[in-house]
Amino acid sequence: MQHALFALFKSMLGSLRDLLPIIIVIGFFQAVVLQQPIPGFTSIVIGTLFIILGLTFFIYGLEMGLFPIGESMANAFARKGSVVWLLVFSFCLGFGTTVAEPALIAVAQEASEIAAVGGMIKNNPQAMENYADGLRFTVAFSVGLAIVIGVLRILKGWSIQYMIMGGYILVVLMTIIAPKEIIGIAYDSGGVTTSTITVPLVTALGVGLASSIKGRNPMTDGFGLIAFASLTPMIFVMAYGMII
Amino acid sequence: MELLANLFQMMLDTSIDVLPIVSILFGFQFFVIRQPIPNLKRVVVGFVYVLVGLSLFLLGLEQALFPLGRLMADQLTNPAFIYGDGNAIPTVINWADYYWVYLFAFAIGFSTTIAEPSLIAVAIKANEVSGGAIGVWGLRRAVALGVAVGITLGSYRIVTGLPIHYFIISGYIVVVVQTFFAPKMIVPLAYDSGGVTTSTVTVPLVAALGLGLAETVPGRNVLIDGFGLIAFASLFPIMSVMAYAQLSELVAKRANKI
Repeated sequence: MQHALFALFKSMLGSLRDLLPIIIVIGFFQAVVLQQPIPGFTSIVIGTLFIILGLTFFIYGLEMGLFPIGESMANAFARKGSVVWLLVFSFCLGFGTTVAEPALIAVAQEASEIAAVGGMIKNNPQAMENYADGLRFTVAFSVGLAIVIGVLRILKGWSIQYMIMGGYILVVLMTIIAPKEIIGIAYDSGGVTTSTITVPLVTALGVGLASSIKGRNPMTDGFGLIAFASLTPMIFVMAYGMII
Repeated sequence: MELLANLFQMMLDTSIDVLPIVSILFGFQFFVIRQPIPNLKRVVVGFVYVLVGLSLFLLGLEQALFPLGRLMADQLTNPAFIYGDGNAIPTVINWADYYWVYLFAFAIGFSTTIAEPSLIAVAIKANEVSGGAIGVWGLRRAVALGVAVGITLGSYRIVTGLPIHYFIISGYIVVVVQTFFAPKMIVPLAYDSGGVTTSTVTVPLVAALGLGLAETVPGRNVLIDGFGLIAFASLFPIMSVMAYAQLSELVAKRANKI
């Protein structure tokens, strides 16, 4: 018991260290640059304690739950030898984790406002909601597709550089023809799609697959799934902006 | 009491967000793989930890960091702060007047990335897979530096109003060139680090900074210029992680020669 408590205390200290830079930055700007008192000091201290405790629990859970299940499923699929099911699973994982992502919902709403102001769609709530939902599903679909492509790459051992470069070329070409208003959002949508729970799961899936397939190196083949998942949304959002 | 109610609400929200993922995982496990999960009890406890941890984390951010961060982004971009109280806002703005904003962008980009849980996850995994060759802290610092530079440059772009795609396309060119020279083993991880950096902690603060800038800099449009900071934050870590690997390789070679 005492041992466990000590371990918990130690990892909480680690979390405090992760958080320290933000505390210093905010404290410095508040006190030195803006020269204003910090409002609601006690609630900030309590909030900071919550963050430290939360980060500690999250990292414990990561190593106990998220990593093992991602890897054990990757192993099971590799042993089963059913490529189709593996790809279906990959698509579901990408689509399912993205479609409900709060950050994406927020970005889609802002995008619908831009579209309404820019005259791309009718300026009423119904049209804006349709546009936002369409965008959300487009991004979720593109992330699902990205994980499928990434998993295929691991299975076949394709080299990642050329695929990512191909993706870059597509992004550049689409930028030239896409409406100007959508470009900022399209570029941002690549970054916001990958959430805190998706990233460890997808990473564990990739590494697990690469380590259970003969001839694949977990370091050079296991990583890269997230890279695809942050590239395809840009292409698909610009395409969406052109079609609508 | 209110705090407890908030915590409960946050756990409910997080559970709803996690539900699709959990149902996909368990659905495939039971209907397709049809094998018992090894250490099922441990995995379930792990999931509960993740849920509780993430709820506490998000609640703490909402309570402590986000209001303060947003307030500061607002205050720093306020023309009254930049040009001094009562002074007229010039019609032609000088980008150098915004030096505090750039410094804040750099500092907040670096510090929020260090605290980003998904980056910690990837760093732990990379350390494990590489057999310790890639240090957890080395990777996190390299990524954080990339985000810091990216967001600073992104703020500069909003102040000057230059088109975003010039920056992004030049960034792509640098990435492509670097790819040919960087050690093979780092390339996929570097590409990944672009996507993982921008999540729970970074996005809300950075978005507040971008919108604050686009709102207050004369001649900028919130809807068009307010976006794009995240794109910068996910491009530059790719370069900094490859540069980190290149430097480590260089240092190792030097050491071998002597």
